[in-house]
This record gives sequence, structure tokens and C-alpha cells, in this order.
Amino acid sequence: MDQYTLNLIVVGASFALYIGIAIYSRAASTGEFYAAGRGVHPVMNGMATAADWMSAASFISMAGLIASVGYDNSTYLMGWTGGYVLLAMLLAPYLRKFGKFTVPEFIGDRFYSPTARIVAVVCLIVVSVTYVIGQMTGVGVTFARFLEVDTTTGLLIGAAIVFMYAVLGGMKGITYTQVAQYIVLILAYTVPAVFISLQLTGNPIPMFGLFSEHNASSQPLLAQLDQIVTDLGFNQYTGHHDSTLNTALFTMSLMIGTAGLPHVIIRFFTVPRVADARWSAGWALVFIAILYLTAPAVGAMARLNLIETIYPGNAAVTESALEYEQRPEWMRNWETTGLLTFEDKNGDGRIQFYNEGNADFATTAEENGWSGNELTVNNDIMVLANPEIANLPGWVIALVAAGGLAAALSTAAGLLLAISSAISHDLIKSVINPNISEKGELMAARVSMGFAIALATWLGLNPPGFAAQTVALAFGLAASSIFPVLMMGIFSKRVNNKGAIAGMLAGLIFTLAYVFAYKGFLFIPGTNLLPDNAANWVFGISPVSVGTIGAIINFAVAYFVSNATESPPQEIQELVESVRVPRGAGAASNH
Amino acid sequence: MDPKSTQGEAYWQANLRIIKISLVIWALVSFGFGIFFRPLLSGIPVGGTDLGFWFAQQGSILVFLVLIFFYAWRMNKLDREFDVDEQ
Repeated sequence: MDQYTLNLIVVGASFALYIGIAIYSRAASTGEFYAAGRGVHPVMNGMATAADWMSAASFISMAGLIASVGYDNSTYLMGWTGGYVLLAMLLAPYLRKFGKFTVPEFIGDRFYSPTARIVAVVCLIVVSVTYVIGQMTGVGVTFARFLEVDTTTGLLIGAAIVFMYAVLGGMKGITYTQVAQYIVLILAYTVPAVFISLQLTGNPIPMFGLFSEHNASSQPLLAQLDQIVTDLGFNQYTGHHDSTLNTALFTMSLMIGTAGLPHVIIRFFTVPRVADARWSAGWALVFIAILYLTAPAVGAMARLNLIETIYPGNAAVTESALEYEQRPEWMRNWETTGLLTFEDKNGDGRIQFYNEGNADFATTAEENGWSGNELTVNNDIMVLANPEIANLPGWVIALVAAGGLAAALSTAAGLLLAISSAISHDLIKSVINPNISEKGELMAARVSMGFAIALATWLGLNPPGFAAQTVALAFGLAASSIFPVLMMGIFSKRVNNKGAIAGMLAGLIFTLAYVFAYKGFLFIPGTNLLPDNAANWVFGISPVSVGTIGAIINFAVAYFVSNATESPPQEIQELVESVRVPRGAGAASNH
Repeated sequence: MDPKSTQGEAYWQANLRIIKISLVIWALVSFGFGIFFRPLLSGIPVGGTDLGFWFAQQGSILVFLVLIFFYAWRMNKLDREFDVDEQ
């Protein structure tokens, strides 16, 4: 059986499973549509949260990001997991106790202000829409590579599948589909990693393999990697090269951004009790950690494998470089996608891969007769091409295709639910037509979902030029607008409506202004006020790390404005007392 | 006001104390061992590199896991002690 047929069967089977679940778990009420009837087991919800959270970026891009620079990108590992500690202790249990359906609803009620609710809806939609673009393009790319359809067709197939289970089942359908998608994606991620770890170190568990001895060189894998990358003029893999302040601020932005992402928060509304919300955050991190502990091993091993493929003898010796005509099959496959390119600059028919940007290395390169780096490798290949690089059987390659699609589709569905519930519940039900019936709201939720999918598909087909940069922006905005206001709503009785609105706007506007100052207004090239490099950043703070500062401004503004104005009314202070105590969560859920 | 309000206050203070301790550990393993104090830990070798690298890529995640499960267990116990758990 050829690879194409195998891919088709595995991906087709996974899609059939998702549709089967959709038909089985249709939503009959708004409670089921928004919160799966609050009957999801905490372990099950943990698994669904893991799939909801781990996007195409986690599955496809993260290992490649780590592989490309090593230690410095540990920020993603710590940032995207550390947020769950904040979520588990500072937000999830109390918001579950509050017992409503959406994040803006809590903000509106706690700060007794429809304006606050609408500001929250705007933040939510900006964050979620920027995020969903990346997922839709991920679906298109995966289809194009593995199923040989064009990107547009791939995207439309993906959108049709999401439409089936999200419109029919709402949160209920999405939850059970995400559980299935988690299983597909985690198998797809770990199976190739286990084989590669075995090949390189003899240790079957990648997270231990990373710190084991490298078979071929009989020295520790990381020491060997440090050696060969520095031989080629790259930065030492385990070394720290970024500014320490920036590393810490970026990590913090990712942490509080993660805790403030609405599509992750609403997953904790689906469990029966407050105690379950606490456990469930732990289970979510268990399922996420399985991938996140494997990712740094995948990154390091893929980088080592790649360089050893190009320099089969000793790295950095001219004669040992691979002849282009002798290149392995997987390189040929990926060249057709444009994600891997070769240009024979010195005309010797061999592949030279080194850091041409390193001035100290230029003499060595010249002595070797090299006229520049000849191979460019897109980071995203590291995971997708892994099974081919390691010569794994065809079914593993097919599984990776299904896994990439599962990661992108599960996150897209979660984001679309957050968007559609904000529209149907926070705008239609609360502002436009408060007298809408239960049945009417359920229909409005389904129609909003349909529109959200259409919008996401359209944006996936016509991605704005700034799509890649907006993911960092989404985290910065979630960190600077949503997280602080939720936390203050629970931990302070003193913060009032004026403080919350001023804080959210200050955090949001500051973060946007800082990002736009360096990246251009709405990311339009040429409209930036200052060049985007470390020398021009205020205190060396990169625009992607600025969410932390935005969050601090949000907290400070809310605090001072609230203290300068009146205390919240008595019933609001009682509301805060009630969300702090678990008892009565069951009753609250029957709203 | 609720007659149990002093009880309620004690429950909330106990929760805040557990959160504070947990977040100190959370910051210590990630920002501390993983980033700021990494140079101090460079003398401790772990599989071809140093302890700070291990904390940044794996150790912090493992500690986060322990922290969340500890918090869930401790709080669910505290709920019962203060009689505010869900029946």
C-alpha cells in the first residue's frame, strides 16, 4: 500500500470518528451547548483541555522553535505550562463556582457594568480570532502535504468537519471530540519520538533520552549537539544568549496569557463541582506535560539528526558534506513544499549548512571554500518530517498527518465556541434581545457558530500578512486585558466598575501601542515608529514580552482608580464572598 | 452578614497562604532555577549540561504538576475542615 493511500485511510478514519461523536452527542439545551451540561468527568475534561490548548503551534512548531535556538526557547516550555498553575489557583475554581457560561459574563456581573462586559467581549474576540487564523492555515498546510489536495480544498474539508460537530454538539460535542483528538495527537507525537530516542540514545523514553549518552559519539547527547552546532558557527545549544530580563518577561507573558485565554477558561465550566475544577487543571497539565516533556527531546534530536544527515562524517569538514544528488528521500519530499530549499552557491554539488551570519566564523567558512549557507529549513519540518528522517514505517507518517490535523481542529473548535458564545450569550441575549427564549438562544448560538466558522475559513483562505506575528499579540492581549481583571474580580472586593474598565483599557491600549510602535500600525509594514531591534526597545523589552508590563499597568490603574472612587455595592461584595467558597456550586449551575 | 463570616475569613486566609507558598515555589523553579539563578547552578552537571537547563526544559514542568495536585488535595481537605465543601 502506498503512503498516500495510508494517509487517506488514517486521516479518513479519524474524521469518521469525530463525526460519529458529533451525531452521538448533540446538544439539546443552552446548558449543554455552552457548558456540556456541567457533567464532564475531571480527567476527561483534563484531556479535552489538553487538546483544546495544544494547537498547531504546540504540535507542529514548538519542537522546531526549540531546535532552532536551544535553551533560549525554553520560555515556551515554562510559559505554556506555568500558566496552568495560575489557572488552577487563581481563576478556575472560583469561575466554576460563579457558574455562568462565558468569561465576559463574569466580568459584567462582578463589575456590575454592561460596558465592562462589552469591553471584555471585544478583548475575547480579538484574542480568539487572531488565534484561530493560525489553526485554519495549519489545517490547510497539513492537508496539502499529506493528502496532496490544494490548501483551499484542505481548509474547506477541515471547516466542514468542525461545522458538523461544533454546530450540532456545541461544547458537548466539542468536549468528546477533543478527547478523541487528544488521543490521536499524543500518539502521533510520542510514537516517532520514542523510535528516534531509541535510535540515538537507546533510551525508549524521550525525556530521559535527552539527558542520556549519544550512541554514535559515546558522549552525552547535549554535549555532542553543543559541539557540532558550534563547529558550524551556530550558538551553543544549551547556552543562554538572549537578555535575561527579556527571557523572564516573555515567559511571564506566556504564563499569564495562557491563564487568561477564554477558550481554555470556559473548559473548566463543564465539570460538576469546584473540587473537580481543581483536579481537572492538574489532569490537563498531566496530558499537556506528556507532549511538553517530549518536545525538547524531539527538538534536540531532530537538530542532531539533521546535521548528521548533512555531514555524515565529521561536522564542518568540507569533504564530509553531503552531495546534493545523494540526498535522502525525505529531503526530496519536503523540497516540493518549499519548506526546505537548497541553492548551490559555491557550485561544488555538496550541501553546506552553517551560520553565515556569524562574523567570527567567516574565516573558517572561507578557508573551507564555502560561499554562504546553502540549505534553509523551515522550523515546522522538525516534527512533521521526523518519521521520515528516522525511516519509520508508513503508518507512523500517516499518524503524524492525523495528529497535526487533530491538534489544529481541536483548538479551532474551542476558539470558535468561545467566539460564538460571546456573540449569542453576551451580545444577543444580554444586550440586543434579553427576552429571547431558551430555544431561540440555542438557535442563535448555532447560527453564531456557523458565522464564526465562515469567518475563520475566510481568514484562513486570505490570511492577513501579519498572521504569524499575531499569535504573540494574542498572548500579550490576553495577559494585559483579561487575566488581571478576572483575578482582581476574585481577589479584591474593592475594585469597582470604573477601576476594571480603566484597567482593561489601559492594559489593552498600552500593549497594542507598544507592539504597533515596533511592528507597524496593524502590522502594516513601514508604519512603525521605531526600528524593531533590541537597541531601540525600552529597557530592552521586546514587543512580544510586553504583555507582562501591560498586565502590571492594568493592575495598577484598576487599583488607583478604584481607590479614588466609591466602593462596589454590598451585593457585589457578597457575590465575591460567594465565589470564594465552593459550597452551593451545584445550585449556581442551574441558572 | 453571614454568621459564619469569621470562619469564612479564616478559610480565605488559609487559601491565600497555600497559594502564596505554591506561587513562591512556582517562581523559584521557573524564573529562579530556570532563568536567573542558572549561572549559580552551572556547577551541577546533568546529562551533558547543567541543572538550570534541566529545570528550564523539564524540571519546572514536573514541579508545576506536583503543585497543582498538592493544591487540589489541600484545598479539597480545607473545604471539609471549614465545612464549605460541596455536598
